[in-house]
Amino acid sequence: MQRRDFIKASGIGLGVLLLPAYGRVIAAEELVGKLDVGLKKRLADTAMTAAKADGATYCDVRIGRYLRQFVITREDKVQNVVNTESTGVGIRVIANGTWGFAASSDLSADSVARAARQAVQIAKANSKLTTEPVQLAPTEGVGEVSWATPIVKNSMEVPIKDKVDLLLGVNAAAIKAGADFVNSMLFQVNEQKYFASTDGSYIDQDIHRIWAPMTVSAIDKATGKFRSRDGLSMPMGMGFEYLDGRKEDKVSLPGGVVSYGNSYDMLEDAAAAAKQAREKLKARSVKPGKFDLVLDPSHLWLTIHESVGHPTELDRVLGYEANYAGTSFATLDKWKSKTFKWGSDKVTIVADKTQKHSLGAVGYDDEGVKTQRWDLIKDGILVNYQAIRDQAHILGLEHSQGCCYADSWSSVQFQRMANVSLEPGKQKLSPADMVKDVENGIYIVGDGSFSIDQQRYNAQFGGQLFYEIKNGKITEMIEDVAYQIRTPEFWNACVAVCDQSDYRMGGSFFDGKGQPGQSSAVSHGSSTARFNGINVINTARSLG
Amino acid sequence: MSIYSEADAKAILDKVIKLSKADECTATLDGSIAGNIRYALNAVSTSGIISDAELGVQVAFGKRVGTATINEFDDASLEKVVRRAEELARLAPENPEFVPAIGKQKYGASTTWFEKTAAITPEYRAGVAGDSIGPSKQAKCIAAGFLSDSARFSAIANSNGNFAYQTSTNVDFTCTVRTEDGTGSGWVARNLADVGQFDAKSEIKIAVQKATASKDAKALEPGKYTVIMEPAASAGLISFMMFGFDARQADEGRSFLSKKGGGNKLGEKLYDERVTIYADPADPVAGVLPWDNEGLPRERTPVITKGKVDYLQYSRYWAKLKEKKAIGQPGNLIMVGGDKSTMDLVKSTKKGILVTRTWYIRMVDPQTVLLTGLTRDGTFYIENGEIKYPIKNFRFNESPVIMLNNIEEIGKPVRVGDDESPFVMMIPPLKIRDFTFTSLSDAV
Repeated sequence: MQRRDFIKASGIGLGVLLLPAYGRVIAAEELVGKLDVGLKKRLADTAMTAAKADGATYCDVRIGRYLRQFVITREDKVQNVVNTESTGVGIRVIANGTWGFAASSDLSADSVARAARQAVQIAKANSKLTTEPVQLAPTEGVGEVSWATPIVKNSMEVPIKDKVDLLLGVNAAAIKAGADFVNSMLFQVNEQKYFASTDGSYIDQDIHRIWAPMTVSAIDKATGKFRSRDGLSMPMGMGFEYLDGRKEDKVSLPGGVVSYGNSYDMLEDAAAAAKQAREKLKARSVKPGKFDLVLDPSHLWLTIHESVGHPTELDRVLGYEANYAGTSFATLDKWKSKTFKWGSDKVTIVADKTQKHSLGAVGYDDEGVKTQRWDLIKDGILVNYQAIRDQAHILGLEHSQGCCYADSWSSVQFQRMANVSLEPGKQKLSPADMVKDVENGIYIVGDGSFSIDQQRYNAQFGGQLFYEIKNGKITEMIEDVAYQIRTPEFWNACVAVCDQSDYRMGGSFFDGKGQPGQSSAVSHGSSTARFNGINVINTARSLG
Repeated sequence: MSIYSEADAKAILDKVIKLSKADECTATLDGSIAGNIRYALNAVSTSGIISDAELGVQVAFGKRVGTATINEFDDASLEKVVRRAEELARLAPENPEFVPAIGKQKYGASTTWFEKTAAITPEYRAGVAGDSIGPSKQAKCIAAGFLSDSARFSAIANSNGNFAYQTSTNVDFTCTVRTEDGTGSGWVARNLADVGQFDAKSEIKIAVQKATASKDAKALEPGKYTVIMEPAASAGLISFMMFGFDARQADEGRSFLSKKGGGNKLGEKLYDERVTIYADPADPVAGVLPWDNEGLPRERTPVITKGKVDYLQYSRYWAKLKEKKAIGQPGNLIMVGGDKSTMDLVKSTKKGILVTRTWYIRMVDPQTVLLTGLTRDGTFYIENGEIKYPIKNFRFNESPVIMLNNIEEIGKPVRVGDDESPFVMMIPPLKIRDFTFTSLSDAV
């Protein structure tokens, strides 16, 4: 996850409000319009014709309009409301067996044709350094098709006033319940993406995402101690209906915690966050040691993301990300052996670009491949990776797995993480029943601090709420907890996963990768899971 | 897009200010030509040139503020962006923390433009890739690297008559070299304003040497060790600590610089007395623009002097409330040091660990700025002033506040860039006692 982007977008950190760095700012009413699909097709054909005329053997064109809206508040103040738009075209070609790319914000036919020719020119220039020509897995053209995120309420059509009223109401609820400070935000994204390729595809997609994060802080002036509790909402591939807070989407958990599924009651969570932040100020500091961990989906998503999602990205495995994000311990020999035990037999992890309400759900990826679902880890054994068209042959696949993405029309698309999720257990098991079996454990809810090495072995995770479990019962809230893992040992220590009825998704709006860096949004689902004998450290320190 | 001259930039900004019907108007115009080349597995993977420019307009009617940006600069576009900002301002709720635009300012001089950097060509970038890949191949290693360079201009103006313009250049180079069998990994990084000071051929030797020397690493028990932190290794920790220097957060009781019972720790001695850090836009090696995001002049500012906290960042609103002077937010951080190199510090070390770089640093507890992260790409055991053997990487859990209290020796500062930091930094190699490693990592 990319810290810098979040800090930039939220204004958290140095206390200065910065304009989110996403394109030009536009007025609210412009957020509901769309580019004419006929115009997009004509422009795409112009680009492809120009590229082929100059010698390209393949060409894809992405015409994108990326809309974002940010509403940022603290306590009783609106700090910023920003609407941004970025529109342009990115053209990728293969010439002389080599990729070339060029992009332009100018959508005139002349400019688009010029960019296509420039992409071919770059491909030809780079081909002098090419040792192996690009091998592109075949993808059949799908003709003119469209796909849209199944939303109920378009966030961009909801008046700003309603959003401001909601957030200020949330802040008031937190303050009333005992918070000293509260920051709350709404991030809304609409990617209007048109993809065309010389394979014969013309794909028009309308993608929506929403996130409503908040941080509630409590201060004990006498001791100088401060603690915060982040909201338990998750970014989702949904419209404004995510904020309906429906009863059926509320989940009552051990310790009196309420978590949320496919809709979020932000007001209710704000009040709970304030009470829990105050409780944290007085909670007992953990005694370090080995514990059985019971991890809620609102926490486990991030552990899945870092310790399974990233190391199964094929470009990392091959070494293409060695200089920045790193490589992977999940080397090809482990996969080829068909016996590498990533986890216990309770662990089946799937990649899925089709999952409803997920951040990564699209009809087709950014190289026109129909999205799909496949196993990465089956009954504990590593069985597959995440690969795109020019990597599929390395795995002996006849088709791409459809997980190619670019964060802007101006960025080159490359392999990005699909939604990667832990399958629920097959036996009926609730979180409350799971806790009953634990003698000496910690129940963790919400994501906190996270860090993992460049090959994805050693990781450390914090959380939002920690509860001690003694002899099958939650005894009290504890604090200063972080656990350290070695990835395969951790997943092999998974002894139980709750059933489907507990399945919920978490996710990241800002997953960073690549140089220059690109951000993508990705979800990770799971039910509550138990991991035995995990090393817990105490993170309290004294500055004297 | 090209690098606009001062006269061209002023002409655009003057038009914008004149177009505005709001009570006040502030405009910024920034543009850059940025090139890059990326390589991995000893071959070039991508390269490109991105030209971009952006005009930002912020207007206010009373305490209602609106902001809009655009990247077209014909008269119609200028009119459009001003009207859009005005429309957003009219829709916005009143901001009770509104502070009027700054008056006319005087800015000092700083050297930020180097012609040689602005003249970098695609051939030069390919040459850097070649200079990295060739020696790596020869040493049976695999290089993956990234060179990015930029030339940019920045101009600001407002309806109170303020105006400033300056150009700047930057080069950032990183290269990771791994042995073919994947058991060794080395790294080198250089951040400069003047590419004339950069020689890829000599830099790459460091990464190749570290890669081959780090093969067959031994495991040491986690615990507290004396460490020699190369400048890049401690820069991320020091930069992270600066997030706690916001005056408002400190006064509100949610920073490590908050005081028990209220108030902040400005003026208190929190670090070893050898720790002195300041900001100076005119630094000859790490120069930055002489104004900050709000147009406030950056001045030479003591941040920590002989271990004492000398600076908290006051926003203009918080400064007004607390009757303080708001000064420009630092763009660089310069830590004072001596003349010794990293290897000089190794020579004076009886037992210790040399850390090339740190990775994936994240906040664990803001109360104490406890950070976690890992060592990476060259970690070695030192005994009796010599590097004895490579060791496996460690995870650390350490606070930079504690780290800067446990100083044994400070070397000569060098310029460091960090992709997660907003600062250009001058950081010396540091010898630190009792640095806390909490677990081993198998990652190479």
